[in-house]
Amino acid sequence: MITITKNIGKVVILFLNNTGHFFIFFTKILRSIFKPWYFKNIINQMIFIGYFSLPVVSLTSFFTGGALALQIYYGGNQFNSEAIVSSIVALGITRELGPVLGGIVVAGRVSSAIAAELGTMKVTEQIDALKTLSADPISYLIIPRIISGIIMLPILIIFADIIGIMGGWFIGTQSLGFNGSVYIQNTIDFLEVSDISSGLIKASFFGFIITIMGCYQGFNSSGGAQGVGKATTNAVVSASVLILASNYIMTNLFFAS
Amino acid sequence: MIKIENLHKYFENKKVLNGVNLDIEEGTSSVIIGGSGTGKSVLIKCILGLLTPEEGRISIKNNLIFENGKFKKNSKIKIGMLFQGGALFDSLRIWQNVSFYDIQNGKNKKFCLENAILNLEKVGLSSDVVNLYPSELSGGMQKRVALARAISIKPDIIFFDEPTTGLDPISADVINKLIIQKVRDIGATSLTITHDMSSARTISDNIHMLHKGKIIWEGNKDTIESTDNPFVVQFINGFSEGPIN
Repeated sequence: MITITKNIGKVVILFLNNTGHFFIFFTKILRSIFKPWYFKNIINQMIFIGYFSLPVVSLTSFFTGGALALQIYYGGNQFNSEAIVSSIVALGITRELGPVLGGIVVAGRVSSAIAAELGTMKVTEQIDALKTLSADPISYLIIPRIISGIIMLPILIIFADIIGIMGGWFIGTQSLGFNGSVYIQNTIDFLEVSDISSGLIKASFFGFIITIMGCYQGFNSSGGAQGVGKATTNAVVSASVLILASNYIMTNLFFAS
Repeated sequence: MIKIENLHKYFENKKVLNGVNLDIEEGTSSVIIGGSGTGKSVLIKCILGLLTPEEGRISIKNNLIFENGKFKKNSKIKIGMLFQGGALFDSLRIWQNVSFYDIQNGKNKKFCLENAILNLEKVGLSSDVVNLYPSELSGGMQKRVALARAISIKPDIIFFDEPTTGLDPISADVINKLIIQKVRDIGATSLTITHDMSSARTISDNIHMLHKGKIIWEGNKDTIESTDNPFVVQFINGFSEGPIN
């Protein structure tokens, strides 16, 4: 019984310690946001986070849209409701699957890369070198990544939404025998601006989560290659869990009322 | 030039610096020797402001930069640093590494490139390397680039962290000689930490020995061979038996 209590106590202390560390880190970021921005770094990060994530996000979205169309068709067929396939695919992709799956895929690609890069910089003293050369590491390394994540994720998700809907359309027309124009018309008629905008707001927040988790884990890594590996894993896991948790909260906020 | 008084630094319950007192005169080359884990790197990082000590005072050029657990900004003092592994920025080209300080201060590309070539020539590297990335250079060349970066800001004080570690004896000697020459050229005060006695003898005017977080011996480099301090005798001769466990 004492051992169990001790272990629970250890976990609670570790959680509080990590939370405290994170908030100190977040405060430093807030302070640095008002310092001059490194625009070249921001553009480089926008290309890395946005442009280079486009293929993987597009593929994920296309196949998700296709699979969703099939699921709704075969599920809905029992109640003769094939007609709602296009509208549910559009709704599912724009509100939930586009931003969430896109976010998780980008977390796997970007959060891990940021943690590995910053972690390596930390253990090879490159971050210390920045400080000795009068450059603020938060402004130089972290702010550009966070800004790029917040801007590029919604742009990526616009593509993900379009490609996901087209995935549903492709399967619908090629495999399920739907009329292509009717499918598109149904999608346009059913979708509202709030469906798309809610997904984009979520995407922007996910962009923040993905980049800050990568930066936090990388910036606080220690202990050589093993430490960098651990930071990379922690970045992806924490970003993915936070995306799913915050998605639930935001869905509740946007649609519960 | 650098005055350290009663400096303490802890990591959780481990006391790494236990009341360090150090006085380094302007224009001299001082070396801190000591075994692994004695707090040499921690001391240099505390002076640079990369680590925050718990107690003590640090003054540079008669300006108090650390007191009562807080650092005070002083942008007038320029400090250069040569890190143990070079700490060159992987994602930047050699010229961007060398002229990093100038680039951050808004100097144009032509100026930065020319300045980088000039500083690389000072450390014996040709302009052929300017567009390469650090990973394309050997360890010795990376150390030279790091030295070029450190001197490019024309520092008042320059720190060297284990400058010869990981280098073959010839490359190590080249680095030692470059350090002496370049520090003299820019008229800087230098502080080196090393456990390489050959390097310490070559570079230093004064030597300080750090053991268990305290300076236990200091003197001119000529006096170190004749001292009867058992810690120094064991360390400089590399004896496995003695007061240092």
